[in-house]
Amino acid sequence: MKPAAFVRHVPRTLDEALKILAQVAPQDGRVLAGGQSLVPIMAFRLAKPAHLVDINEVEGLDRISNDGKLLSIGARVRHAAFHKSVVENPLGLLLTEVARHIAHYPIRVRGTFCGSLAHADPASEWCLVAATLDATMVAKNTRGERPIAAKDYFQGIMSTALAEDELLAEARLPLLASDAKFGFNEFNRRAGDFAMAASLVCYRLQGGKIVEPRVGVGGAEPCPRRIAEAEAALNGKAPGDAVFRAAAEAAASAVEPLEDHQTTGEYRRDLVRAVVRRALEQSIT
Amino acid sequence: MTDKTDITLTINGRDHAIAVEPRRTLADAIREDCGQTGTHIGCEHGVCGACTVIVDGEPVRSCLMFAVQAAGKPIRTIEGLADGERLHPMQQAFMDHHGLQCGFCTPGFLMLAVGVLEREPDIGDEALLDVLSSNLCRCTGYQNIIKAVRAAAKEMRGK
Repeated sequence: MKPAAFVRHVPRTLDEALKILAQVAPQDGRVLAGGQSLVPIMAFRLAKPAHLVDINEVEGLDRISNDGKLLSIGARVRHAAFHKSVVENPLGLLLTEVARHIAHYPIRVRGTFCGSLAHADPASEWCLVAATLDATMVAKNTRGERPIAAKDYFQGIMSTALAEDELLAEARLPLLASDAKFGFNEFNRRAGDFAMAASLVCYRLQGGKIVEPRVGVGGAEPCPRRIAEAEAALNGKAPGDAVFRAAAEAAASAVEPLEDHQTTGEYRRDLVRAVVRRALEQSIT
Repeated sequence: MTDKTDITLTINGRDHAIAVEPRRTLADAIREDCGQTGTHIGCEHGVCGACTVIVDGEPVRSCLMFAVQAAGKPIRTIEGLADGERLHPMQQAFMDHHGLQCGFCTPGFLMLAVGVLEREPDIGDEALLDVLSSNLCRCTGYQNIIKAVRAAAKEMRGK
């Protein structure tokens, strides 16, 4: 249970980090941020990176900013930064509600928002947030930067559109309408475990009817995603038990659930039905 | 093998000059290189919390940090919790409420609880329960740990 040997690089600036990453990426160089996913994988020797570019000393990567439209979250913003609302917008409360479900307190003080997105575990809460809200991931390398839309970013289990020499420098989340309603629910067998299914929902009410619905499901498929069928079941309807159940049913039918030795596809589909309904119920309480 | 790096770990106010490989976890360095064996190592992959220590005022899993990352930062371990012969209120509460049996997980629970309560003294009972779900204990059934931490929280707030 000891990590294999590696060379550690400790850049002080982002430019320096990108230069080193460009050099070491072809030799299985990786970025080390909070290390709460990478280090366990290294302990199991599932990953044996020859080089780690440790970004914990890089200035400015722990910045959170908003320009009135987007909330920008820097590469080293820890999960615990969201224990309190970071912006006066329903998005701040949404992130606070989600953050408390991420692993445990000591993990949250080290692990990072962008690190979760780069790791892209199917059960990741932040990946679900990014997919549901159509976040933009900003990838940087020595040649420049490119924005990647969430729908293009997540490519499979722990697989993203990031190239090996790209650092996920920032994630940008759209601020929500001031009257936005949201709900989040995840199911796991023990507090802090990986979600076996999770759902984030968000919408507005206009004349008592749901508009701009977003229904995201995570932990059930290789990647988190919005479920168009469930959103269609909500759109234009007044919120209520029957409508919520219809949307949950639509989500459950739409997913192609992951299976493992403890969890059958049908069980996970049932969980999707439950977490979507519970997230919707939370949105009106 | 990669080269060892000379670093200084400051544990409970005392400097330890050591040479470690970058892959050396903070937990191993504290125990093997600095001889402070009060910090226990359970799972070595961040699940059990036995190795929890306080780095820069924050409770962290020392098996998920590399020693080189903690160089120059104040580290607190179980050895530094008591004030001479006088136990920390958290240690006393664990005794009073029978919050341990075999004691293997105890250093981790103490550093977790102290680390969180120093940062958030007014944390509620429910939130504290969530905090305590971070660590594993295979003896007590947790109820006495919860009682002990809630009692110590009251006392720490009172001071």
